[in-house]
Amino acid sequence: MNAHTAPQALNNKFLTPGVLVLIVLAVNGLAFVFARILFGIGAVTNLNDQYPWGLWIGVDVAAGVALAAGGFTSAALGHVMQREDYHAIVRPALLTAMLGYTFVAIGVVIDIGRWYYVWHPIFMWNGNSPLFEVGICVIIYMTVLYIEFLPIVTERFMGRVHLKGFLSFLTRPLERLLSLLDRALGKTMFLFIIAGIVLSTLHQSSLGTLMIIAGPKMHPLWQTPVLPLLFLLSAVAVGFPMVIFESLLASRSFGLKPEMSILSKLGRMIAPLLGIYLAFKIGDMVIRETFIYLTKPTTASVMFTIEVVVGVIIPLRMFLSRTVLRSPLWLFVASSLVILGVLLNRINTFIVAYTPPYAVKSYFPSVGEISVTIGFVSLLVLAYRVAVMIFPVIGVHKAFVTPISKYSIRGSVK
Amino acid sequence: MKRDLSLKSDDKKNVHPRRTFLKTALLTTAAVAAREVVHAGPSRIPPADRMGVLVDLTACVGCRSCEAACKKAHGLLKGSDSLVPSDIHISEHRRPNPQSLTVVNEYKSANAASHSTFVKVQCMHCDYPSCESACIVGAITKKEGGEVLWDGDKCIGCRYCMVACPFQIPSFQFDTALKPDIVKCDFCFQRRNEGRVPACVEICPMEVMTYGRRSTLLEIAGKKIENYPERYNGHIYGELEAGGTSWMYIAKADFKELQFPDLKKEPMPGTSESIQHGIFAYFVPPISLYALLGGLMWISKNRSTSEEEMGE
Repeated sequence: MNAHTAPQALNNKFLTPGVLVLIVLAVNGLAFVFARILFGIGAVTNLNDQYPWGLWIGVDVAAGVALAAGGFTSAALGHVMQREDYHAIVRPALLTAMLGYTFVAIGVVIDIGRWYYVWHPIFMWNGNSPLFEVGICVIIYMTVLYIEFLPIVTERFMGRVHLKGFLSFLTRPLERLLSLLDRALGKTMFLFIIAGIVLSTLHQSSLGTLMIIAGPKMHPLWQTPVLPLLFLLSAVAVGFPMVIFESLLASRSFGLKPEMSILSKLGRMIAPLLGIYLAFKIGDMVIRETFIYLTKPTTASVMFTIEVVVGVIIPLRMFLSRTVLRSPLWLFVASSLVILGVLLNRINTFIVAYTPPYAVKSYFPSVGEISVTIGFVSLLVLAYRVAVMIFPVIGVHKAFVTPISKYSIRGSVK
Repeated sequence: MKRDLSLKSDDKKNVHPRRTFLKTALLTTAAVAAREVVHAGPSRIPPADRMGVLVDLTACVGCRSCEAACKKAHGLLKGSDSLVPSDIHISEHRRPNPQSLTVVNEYKSANAASHSTFVKVQCMHCDYPSCESACIVGAITKKEGGEVLWDGDKCIGCRYCMVACPFQIPSFQFDTALKPDIVKCDFCFQRRNEGRVPACVEICPMEVMTYGRRSTLLEIAGKKIENYPERYNGHIYGELEAGGTSWMYIAKADFKELQFPDLKKEPMPGTSESIQHGIFAYFVPPISLYALLGGLMWISKNRSTSEEEMGE
């Protein structure tokens, strides 16, 4: 067991020039969110009856869910496979997933016309609708992610209440509540962890099912009955690159040493996962003979080629190289390419491939839509920064904290 | 569909042996889904005596009085609009929108000698509506009488129905901030409940539209085509398209030239519903996956514990 790193709350300075830029972008985005609530979707977006879905659904929701996949892939690796060596990445990945899904939910609320009815799917069911399944799974999974994060909260505050000892009449009940919560969660956490993985496989794939019903309105390069499988495989493939990407960014931002020993090992797993995705993607193309659409240079064929070559094939080759796996910079570049590939795939599936029959001109996101998307990403990064400065999430090379980062099925082992 | 299945079983052999646990689980789920795809098709069967409208485009002269009657019947007529609107927009190919649930567009013939065709556009009231299948809260339903209706008390405004509709019919009030509606033809269900025919059918001076039982309308269309083969192209649009629609069209010009979407006879929701029901077949696949992961976690725990013991 690697006892040298232990998650700790970081106490760096919060305000940096980068953080200031993020705050400006976030405020700009929120201004457009405000305008959307006051004046309606048409006032801020380029959406119309021909293009009912745009950037917010394609990126904020679909890509957001895919890029938060690091949460369930690392939970599978760390908790289900019980791989001790990867425990340092489980908490950051969990935090990213939790915040990611939170912003997906906010993105949905902004995009739907009657945002105050966002709770309707909980009571009004339509089992035929993939969107219903995605909605319900995301609601439950988000709850599960918050429950999975609770032990980090108890760990943080059990110490604080005990150490400071102020308001002594509250200390003991609070302490007791926290330790009760801690013990209860410790015993039942495996239930939530497995549920989180099952829920993820369900809604990651159903996000792909969403566009199947659009039938001939979708470009054949992306319209395939195996879309749910492709979405699931790409989400699984992008999980670890996202963990590497965010770990390297956080190390740089907080002045920590990159966890290269873990990241290189994670990197080695990416090539096979990308390979499986690529095999299905190409296999689907060959079987449905859609490669004929690649012979002419259209928006669709160019976007498809970039998505597959830059987003899958090049990083796949890179992750097979030892040099790449050992270098933080190259690892960062390769991971970024995978992330770009999945982001492009979601944009392509939801926006580029969607060619409605009576459109007079094609859709391009408005300044407002782009501002809101950038604003939400900035807010997410800021929230991450705040969270790692309050809670013990990121591993620091100090040995005196013993984290509860391992959960397993309770019961006897002979 | 069968070809997709073969893709899966071929590639299954190529799966890298390591980390196969997740893959196996995923493929199990996918395989169940794929098996269901083979029996594609929604289970709901539309009632046999449902009503419909047959639109004979060879009779339409493009007067647009149906547009006006529709607006009047749905309270969309503004003070300035006259009942017989001017024809300034007729050659512009408009789409139904929150202000007009139906529009008439002119399609000029390629052959200068023949007449233009005027096409009335409104919701087709599909027998297997994609919008109904897609709606996240079940706000859209196909009713006994054939109409496909939207329930404003349920709708959350997600606009998935618009993505799903093969005819691109549902319209959304993008400029309404507080309670935007999905707007589309409601087949005048209120008028019909009162024993009247739809407003557009009633007003049409050329009797372009025939309202009746869908099965009767198909007979009428068939007889018309049989009796006047030179007048029609021989195709009843909506008889089979997307599993059949309550509104059907006959015309002389080719339907493709009139911008009718070229659809297969399978109901549009077939594939996605089969996948959904496959993944959730009595909740067996998710529960199996849960059990599989639980088993793996147990095994891994035992393995790592015994490794630790060995190490000590």
